[in-house]
Amino acid sequence: MDQPRSALTQSADAAAPPLRDGAHGASAAVAAKRDVRLDLFRGLALWLIFLDHIPSNAVSWVTIRNYGFSDATEIFVFISGYTAAFVYGRAMHERGFVLATARVLRRAWQIYAAHIFLFMIYMAEIAYVAGSFDNPLYAEEMGILDFLKQPDVTLVQALLLKFKPAGMDILPLYIILLVGFPPLLWLLQRLPVVALAASVTLYALSWQFDWNMPAYPSGEWVFNPFAWQLIFVFGAWCALGGSERLAPLVRSPATQGLAVAYLLFAFLITLTWYFPRYGHYVPRWLADFMYPIDKMNLDPLRFAHFLALAVLTVRFIPRDWPPLKSELLRPLVLCGQHSLEIFCLGVFLAFAGHFFLVEVSDRLTAQVLVSALGIAAMIATAWLLSWYKRAEGRASGSGPKQPDADLAGGEA
Amino acid sequence: MRTLWLALAGVFACVGTALAQTGDCTEAAALVHADAGLSRAAAAIASRHELKVLVSGSASSILAGPGGTRAAYPVTLQSALSKRLPGVAVSVVNTAKPRQTAAEMLATFGQVLAEQKPDLVIWQTGTVDAMRAIDVDQFRAALEKGVDQLRAGGADVMLMNMQYSPRTESMIAADTYAEIMRGVALREEIPIFDRLAVMKAWNDEGTFDLSTTTKNSEMAEQVHVCIGRLLADLVVEAVDFAKEAKQGK
Repeated sequence: MDQPRSALTQSADAAAPPLRDGAHGASAAVAAKRDVRLDLFRGLALWLIFLDHIPSNAVSWVTIRNYGFSDATEIFVFISGYTAAFVYGRAMHERGFVLATARVLRRAWQIYAAHIFLFMIYMAEIAYVAGSFDNPLYAEEMGILDFLKQPDVTLVQALLLKFKPAGMDILPLYIILLVGFPPLLWLLQRLPVVALAASVTLYALSWQFDWNMPAYPSGEWVFNPFAWQLIFVFGAWCALGGSERLAPLVRSPATQGLAVAYLLFAFLITLTWYFPRYGHYVPRWLADFMYPIDKMNLDPLRFAHFLALAVLTVRFIPRDWPPLKSELLRPLVLCGQHSLEIFCLGVFLAFAGHFFLVEVSDRLTAQVLVSALGIAAMIATAWLLSWYKRAEGRASGSGPKQPDADLAGGEA
Repeated sequence: MRTLWLALAGVFACVGTALAQTGDCTEAAALVHADAGLSRAAAAIASRHELKVLVSGSASSILAGPGGTRAAYPVTLQSALSKRLPGVAVSVVNTAKPRQTAAEMLATFGQVLAEQKPDLVIWQTGTVDAMRAIDVDQFRAALEKGVDQLRAGGADVMLMNMQYSPRTESMIAADTYAEIMRGVALREEIPIFDRLAVMKAWNDEGTFDLSTTTKNSEMAEQVHVCIGRLLADLVVEAVDFAKEAKQGK
């Protein structure tokens, strides 16, 4: 029963380039209403990324990377793809390819500027450490500061996005994904299946031929854009009708069962990482098959883990789930709605938090305090940004506001 | 307020130093255990009453400053091993050089094996690779190749990963590379001295305050003494492991 219907939807999409006129109008209207779940889970991803970015933070035990293969990065990139398609898809539909492209590129530029700003903060921290720290035990580790001796090379490499300090790899990935996004979006609106197939092909080719972007001083990008585009494009595809097409599959008990089984499997495997003595229960052939689980190239095991999480999330948290409107979840939603600002703030706070832990105290209570204060600062900033946006909107008196590129279903 | 923080930091530093002077660094002993044996080292001890150990590493196997090498952990390793293995002629040769990646050390193994003919090579690596952000696949490949080559040359291998360095922790992605080393040790069934975990435990327990900005080499020397002792424990344990495995068969 489901099969013919999805086939029909596909051909209807393919045959109707001016997207969502006619038969799809109704669903476009639904999609035009903000899906709060996106904001909620992006907010959650931002919190988790912050916690994970503070080195040796005991609180990061709560983050999902310790309970399965995938982590907050997958959630963040998927939702970014989803919202990018949602926001710029509408722009492309209403204002045409050129204008939508310009908007996407403007956004990419903003993210680039944000990344360079974070890099400056990083440099400031490094320079401080270089000036104050001279423990003979760490003569070797202090070599990491050598790049301060040749700022001509370092700064240029940073501007080229080749030199990326540890923990500052997500924004460059996001920039590259956005720059390549307009033609993809064009294709997604006309031949979504072809666009998705192209994405899978690129993913496969990058694995086959080891494609990646070069990094400085050596190696390659920590998040290979040729591989990670898969989850971004998949998000975009879902936003443009893919999720409706997948709905019967997602709802089927077989898929649900499979997802639960896989999450359980991943959980048990991750347990053996923290309790190596149980590692012997993992059969040799399975270990040979699984390891290494390649984060750089978005290992299929990670992608599958994200899919399993997504399947269960969609099943148990419907779009109109009442708690989504509750005050309790409001902080998460707020953070998710200002993802770029809150992401950058999170990276900065992780630096600052680490600084506090090193300079003042790295006891457990200090770790908890730093984590809690950081999240509080993220919430407060998100709230302030929302307030400002609302106040500005009222002041300009422009009536019911058009959903703009920065804040519709969250930012792109 | 600032003065208060500084005073607090000062108190912490003093407490840390006091503990370091009295502690016997066995707090982290639970983190040091052999999951694999050193069969060739065991054979050399049994048949020749001799154990030739070679340390291949980078700058963290040498202490900076004049006479640093004399205070670095390989020296303690030799004395501690001699004490633990009475009647066995233990020699420890340290070939560590600063700024060497795993691949660069690998290139020296052929010559080192021919010249020194060690029974056991302790391969300390990972720090420089993490600092230069060497491609993780290349790092893993270099480790596997190095382990194979050392074994083919008749030596046992033990891995040692990087130091725990709180101040540079947000700049060097040590965990990623340490994880790869643990994985290689597990798959190749060789013992690993998890220096990163051990030193982190010392820092957490207050044995050493590793984020101190002291220029004094006293703490550095104590840390190396502790590493040398625990390393000797691990070698002995892994030798026993191999003996038991042989008897088991």
